[in-house]
Amino acid sequence: MTEPVRPPGRGTTAIDGAIALIAVLLIVQMWLLTATLEAFLAGHREPVVPGAVLSALLFAACFGLYLLIERVDRESKRRPH
Amino acid sequence: MLWKEEFSVHAAEERYVTRRQFGKFLVLTSLGMLAGNLWILARSLWHREPRLPARQVVGAGELPVGGVRVFRYPGPNDPCLLLRTAEESYVAYSQKCTHLSCAVYPATDGKRLECPCHEGYFSLEDGRVLQGPPPRPLPRILLERRDGGLWAVGVDPGTRES
Repeated sequence: MTEPVRPPGRGTTAIDGAIALIAVLLIVQMWLLTATLEAFLAGHREPVVPGAVLSALLFAACFGLYLLIERVDRESKRRPH
Repeated sequence: MLWKEEFSVHAAEERYVTRRQFGKFLVLTSLGMLAGNLWILARSLWHREPRLPARQVVGAGELPVGGVRVFRYPGPNDPCLLLRTAEESYVAYSQKCTHLSCAVYPATDGKRLECPCHEGYFSLEDGRVLQGPPPRPLPRILLERRDGGLWAVGVDPGTRES
């Protein structure tokens, strides 16, 4: 049984896409932090818990994408060119 | 050259950041953001309402109907507005606009508070935003009648029913 033929540079594209997605998620998380802090300092505590939960979800998504990057990177290095 | 072989530090390669390293940096930044949000959550859970002092704002009959007085509460850097809207009706709000902290003042129609910086308007009845960029209502100063005068006794940031 032969290995499926993958086009060259496929791993690179996947990693670039994942990094771009992480960057977008990070911008959303940055906005979330500033909005939560601003509301908290103004004496409003309602957005504090949802803000922390959303931030944890965004971090989990970033971490998942990072694991994907690691895996794709490892596979692309192992693959003979 | 001999020294290059002996000290084999390649500056260009040292500065090179792999995509994996860059991804790691982004994820660590994300972890920092999460830590910030958790810090706010912890502060919120352990926060206790400060007991604000009671302070006399005006004496009996000092302010005419339709009159306005600026006072400072709870601290010396917290300007507030006291307005007498009817014979027996007073309202007081923080004078700092919730958008960018410009000073608000009564609009010419006498029914709203106006922030001149970005044309934000607040209701005179409850401080809610009527128009413009302010994201939240004006903090309301809680008033009490004591000994014939009017006293400021607390601040409602605008979330509770008043």
